[in-house]
Amino acid sequence: MTTEELYTKLTPIFRDVFDDESLAPHPAMTAAEVESWDSLSNIRLIVDIEQRFKIHFTTAEITGLANVGELVAVIERKLVG
Amino acid sequence: MSEWNLAQLPWLPKPPADFGARLGTIRGDPAGRGISLLRLAGTSLNASQLGRVAGVVEASRRESIDLSPLIPFRLGLLSNATMDLIGPALVASALRYGIALEVVVAPYDQAVQHALDPDSALNRAKLDGVLALLDHRAYPFQRVAFGDPASARKALEGAVAHLEAIRDGIRTGCGAPLILQTLADIPESLFGSYDLLVDGTCRSLVRTFNDRVVDLVREGDDYLLDVAHIAQCVGLENWHDPQHWNMYKLPFAQPLVPLLADHVGRLLGAIRGRSRKCLVLDLDNTLWGGVIGDDGLDGIVVGQGDPSGESYLEVQRTALALSGRGIVLAVSSKNDEAICRTAFRDHPDMLLREDNIAVLQANWSDKASNLEAIAATLNIGLDALVLLDDNPAERAQVRDALPQVAVPELPPEPALFARTLLAAGYFEAVGFAHEDLRRSEQYRMNAQRARLQAGARDLTSYLQSLQMEICFASFDPLGRARIAQLINKSNQFNLTARRYSEAEVARIEHDRDAVTLQVRLRDVFGDNGMISVIICRAGENGDWDLDTWLMSCRVLGRCVEQAVLNELAIRVSARGGRRLIGRFIPSGRNELVRDHYRKLGFDLLREDAAATVWALDLASYRARETPMTTVDANEASAGLLSE
Repeated sequence: MTTEELYTKLTPIFRDVFDDESLAPHPAMTAAEVESWDSLSNIRLIVDIEQRFKIHFTTAEITGLANVGELVAVIERKLVG
Repeated sequence: MSEWNLAQLPWLPKPPADFGARLGTIRGDPAGRGISLLRLAGTSLNASQLGRVAGVVEASRRESIDLSPLIPFRLGLLSNATMDLIGPALVASALRYGIALEVVVAPYDQAVQHALDPDSALNRAKLDGVLALLDHRAYPFQRVAFGDPASARKALEGAVAHLEAIRDGIRTGCGAPLILQTLADIPESLFGSYDLLVDGTCRSLVRTFNDRVVDLVREGDDYLLDVAHIAQCVGLENWHDPQHWNMYKLPFAQPLVPLLADHVGRLLGAIRGRSRKCLVLDLDNTLWGGVIGDDGLDGIVVGQGDPSGESYLEVQRTALALSGRGIVLAVSSKNDEAICRTAFRDHPDMLLREDNIAVLQANWSDKASNLEAIAATLNIGLDALVLLDDNPAERAQVRDALPQVAVPELPPEPALFARTLLAAGYFEAVGFAHEDLRRSEQYRMNAQRARLQAGARDLTSYLQSLQMEICFASFDPLGRARIAQLINKSNQFNLTARRYSEAEVARIEHDRDAVTLQVRLRDVFGDNGMISVIICRAGENGDWDLDTWLMSCRVLGRCVEQAVLNELAIRVSARGGRRLIGRFIPSGRNELVRDHYRKLGFDLLREDAAATVWALDLASYRARETPMTTVDANEASAGLLSE
């Protein structure tokens, strides 16, 4: 899966989690620029990604993320491993 | 087996690929929103998608948009964990069970404070019920000395007392019934299997505590949510997610939210009398393997000794067990009727026989029309039907044409048919009255009556040929459970749709200012059991107010209302009543009885959006003749009332 394909697959997840049909995740996106991105919707985001890609994040991985680009990097690492 | 995953609600079709766009359409269009939401929620949405649907339900409430035919329910939520992700899922899942849910959440970990404070937001919210989602962490079960029976007992009694205090607080504070949960066992054992033999281990405390919860529900007025069983079904290691608890105080793993929410939804549906009543079975490759029209009676596969034959036998065994608890069975199949009947009559391995099937529709018309015919024959709503059919095309056609009918998805493997049907929870119960046992037989007799009626020359001779006996009695403890069940389940023939719990019914038994009636009907085909309930209360100046008048739709068109009025007139006059005052309060589901009082000769007193009010002068009332004999309750106690 290319990084581009990964973003395409993440798009419907972001739209469901943050209830916004216009949302398109990009590497520099942070929680601050999405209105409904709080600690609770963050759980939904993580769980939906885990289910969609059949992977699992550790607590340290979840708490250390700075932006969507870092999240995607973790997903890619797990998909390869 | 790996495809069948309980957590993903495998009986529901997958969400549409354009879910977000459809939600947008619903948001933009208030017309028919109730049904549109019901359709969208009828798919296996994940927790985020459930949250989005809940957003539309909440917005509709804020904007006062009509959500009929959904019925409102306001649920309080108490917990020792984070409920923010569960509340919205409850709202969306309840749609599947015909309920427009509003959730009022007590702040995190303040269950007791909010239950006991009569002035709390919870107690002031006019709730219809309160769900207490308190798991094992709500109780001091992990701080008990091992091997010390006294301290184990103290911990247990303390936990039960805690729960009772919450229940009593809510009861006093707002009068709502509580939904209690059993506790999920924990995966971590200290002694291994021996945990269960050591006093004070969390696992042995959970076991005993669950028995006590069941006792509380059995003895009181509350409802049970068997979380222990849900957790066992998905596996305790999946249910308990220590990471989610540590990070966010989620009481169980977030991916299981849709499953738990669906269980709550079906329970609320059952409380509101929305559980399904009839299982409609397809035949070829659903009830037996093969196509009887092509393969012949000898060619179909059912019975012991063949793996797929045993799968179909299990479907039949399940249907028979459901019939045994009062679910009516019917058949809808694209088939030749005579050939189908030979299978029920002559196949030695069939468990289901013609006697078990109330209505058999085997023909070449489309399934939707056949389902409508079945509902009409049994005199029940389409929303009381479940269709079990192996054919994906038929399922899709019926879902599209009749969204009220529940149609479970079935996996390709017939060994999983029975499990899928039962996991879907269409027949959720909140009580089990003696009369439920005989329900399926009664519906079958009804179908026979329908055939007799078709052959009768006119209605009067038909009604006379039924040789009906009607029996009236005041409320009594013997009839209490069934009276409460009718009061909470009857929707169509129900003038005021007022709901009373069993405890309230018990209080009404002793109310000296009330005339109450429980009505039973027997005819040539058998006993219909209790079919009507009336509560009439003394008001001022000789006016008696008909608080409740309801009747089972199984006995529609048989002059029972007239016979009831005759009896009421006698009983209320004897108490000095001068007028009967009746009220029709539209509930969205009782259009059937809009003209009930007019037909019985009442005069319209006044009318507004909320109700029409009617009066009948008792002094000038002359009883009208009915095609039935009245049996005295005392005389009948040996017969009608003894069952």
